[in-house]
Amino acid sequence: MQQDFASRLQYARILIREFVISDFKIRYQGSVLGYAWALLRPLMMYIILYVIFFYFLKIGQGVKHWPPALMAGLVIWSFFAEVTKQGLTSIVGHGAIMRKMNFPRYTIIVAASMSALINLLINMLVVLIFMFADNVGLSWGFAVGLLYILEIFIFGIGVALILSTIYVRYRDINFIWDVVTQALFYGSAVLYPVSRISSVSLVAAQVLLLNPVANGIQSFRKYAISQDTSTIVDLSSNVIVQAGPHIITVVVFIYGVYLFSRSSPRFAEEV
Amino acid sequence: MLDHASVVTASGVHKQFHLPASKSDSIKHSVIQSFHKKNRESEIFRALKGVSFEVKKGEFFGVLGRNGSGKSTLLKILAGIYQADQGSVSVEGRLVPFIELGVGFRPDLSGRENVYLNGALLGFSKQQMDARYDEIVAFAELEDFMGQKLKNYSSGMKVRLAFAVATHADADILLLDEVLAVGDASFQKKCYNHFRELKKNKKTVIFVTHSMGLAKEYCDRGVLIEGGEITEQGEIEKVADAYTQLFNTAPAAKSIPSKKKKPKKRWGDKSVKIVSHSLKKTNELITFKVRLESKKLTDDYVKFGFQIKDAAGKLLMGANNLNVPGGKSLDFSSSRTIELEYEVTNILGNGTYTLSATVNKDGGTTVCDQWNAIEIVDNTRDSVHYPLVAPGKVTITSSQKGSAR
Repeated sequence: MQQDFASRLQYARILIREFVISDFKIRYQGSVLGYAWALLRPLMMYIILYVIFFYFLKIGQGVKHWPPALMAGLVIWSFFAEVTKQGLTSIVGHGAIMRKMNFPRYTIIVAASMSALINLLINMLVVLIFMFADNVGLSWGFAVGLLYILEIFIFGIGVALILSTIYVRYRDINFIWDVVTQALFYGSAVLYPVSRISSVSLVAAQVLLLNPVANGIQSFRKYAISQDTSTIVDLSSNVIVQAGPHIITVVVFIYGVYLFSRSSPRFAEEV
Repeated sequence: MLDHASVVTASGVHKQFHLPASKSDSIKHSVIQSFHKKNRESEIFRALKGVSFEVKKGEFFGVLGRNGSGKSTLLKILAGIYQADQGSVSVEGRLVPFIELGVGFRPDLSGRENVYLNGALLGFSKQQMDARYDEIVAFAELEDFMGQKLKNYSSGMKVRLAFAVATHADADILLLDEVLAVGDASFQKKCYNHFRELKKNKKTVIFVTHSMGLAKEYCDRGVLIEGGEITEQGEIEKVADAYTQLFNTAPAAKSIPSKKKKPKKRWGDKSVKIVSHSLKKTNELITFKVRLESKKLTDDYVKFGFQIKDAAGKLLMGANNLNVPGGKSLDFSSSRTIELEYEVTNILGNGTYTLSATVNKDGGTTVCDQWNAIEIVDNTRDSVHYPLVAPGKVTITSSQKGSAR
């Protein structure tokens, strides 16, 4: 619709803003607690996991500042899961509009990820409270940790671009991604310290930490909460392996952008 | 007008759609299908087969065609929603499509929130919408309902709101679908006034319509699309007439061409035939003239009749040479030609109707000249004219005494 790059960008910005606002309003309509659910959900999850894994199964006991580390892991993981899950279905969900209007399709994905980002910011307050309660102070390391969350965000957008494109053609991907998400959750060292894996098999731990989400969570824990955490840098001396998660992030993101921009002109007729 | 530059150019636009027997949207399905290559290639629907035209700046350009002729596909390609398989479309300036009203409307949001959402899709920021908001609400006449959720709106209210937003889109080029003008009579009038305004202000408008009346009233030039091809283009009169002709050759619009034989348009033994005919229409009267000619002088009992049917083929009204005031038998024993002139009250609502004429004899057993859709009655009313009723009777008695209640 618009001609030059600047006005196209402006158009995208306006659209994303309105999409986010209207999604936000609709999501919490008719619920008594409204937006409080964005906080309550991870808290409840946390209580369940804390009681079962920490209290009964004794996983993470003896690890310094494990309660805030577990909370941070959960919050960051939910963020990634939400970005990909929302992104996956969002293109098909906006089929009706796409058939009537020509607007930059990526705005749908970005808007979907924005609501996940808002949730993350609010949940980060809970993480901070857990940190203070466990006598962890706020340091510059927290800012470094946020950079790793940014990496997860970029990785998540890349994954969402790929998944949403596939979903237009093959609805199976929704179910497949459900399973993959479950597997990644257990494989991302959210519920347990990486040391539980590395003490058994170093290679397994290295492979596990190649996943940008897993490495991102560990890095956030390490820099923001407790030095007592291993990241890929601590477990491998090979520079390429150390850069592995970042390379994967960049490759997935670039491929996502490429695939999406190649396929999106035909979304309107395929969706 | 000719010296103006073209702002929309379509050259050789092709578009086809794959219509699999059932759309494969699971991996299992597409794996199975890849083993049945024939099956996969079987259903290709060619919606557009090389469409080329130019729209000049400031022109009101009509796109005519029946349902399923490829109009919508063409519009969507012009709007950039679909991609052409071959050929190209170039658009200079900001083109805003109105293929449907209220795109992106969400029932769970209030009228106000929907105005901003719809505005965003048209490219307006919140600040820009703030400046237009009051005007939009006033145009829609929905001042008291903006806080209500859209799902509580009547369909008429939704349309009014959507159209109000649409009228405030600052576009260089507008793609308008005639179906926009829905709602009650007074709102329709408002819509058509807006169209007139656009024309007056020399906006470039691409106008899709089924109605000859509207096309002739607003458009300067146009194209006629039939079966994915442009069969006529140029001055709107010429295009509109070609469109009328379509209904003379085919009974009704079909989205997918069928292989069934079309019913004949005109048949009969022509012992008595229609040699000329004309139709005039005002908001009040339909005047239909016909001239019959017999091959020879005869005292056969010849009957003439006509019928007006709606687009669905339902019979609405009709008359023959006997059953209306002034009617009498047709006598070909002294003259070979007879002229009939019917004047009937125009009780038709907005829409396109067909008029068919019949000449028969021998008590209807011999068809002399059956001519289906001899005329197209294209009835466009700005508003509903009362009385829009068939002639009848009403008795109104007023009481002599002042206190009748």
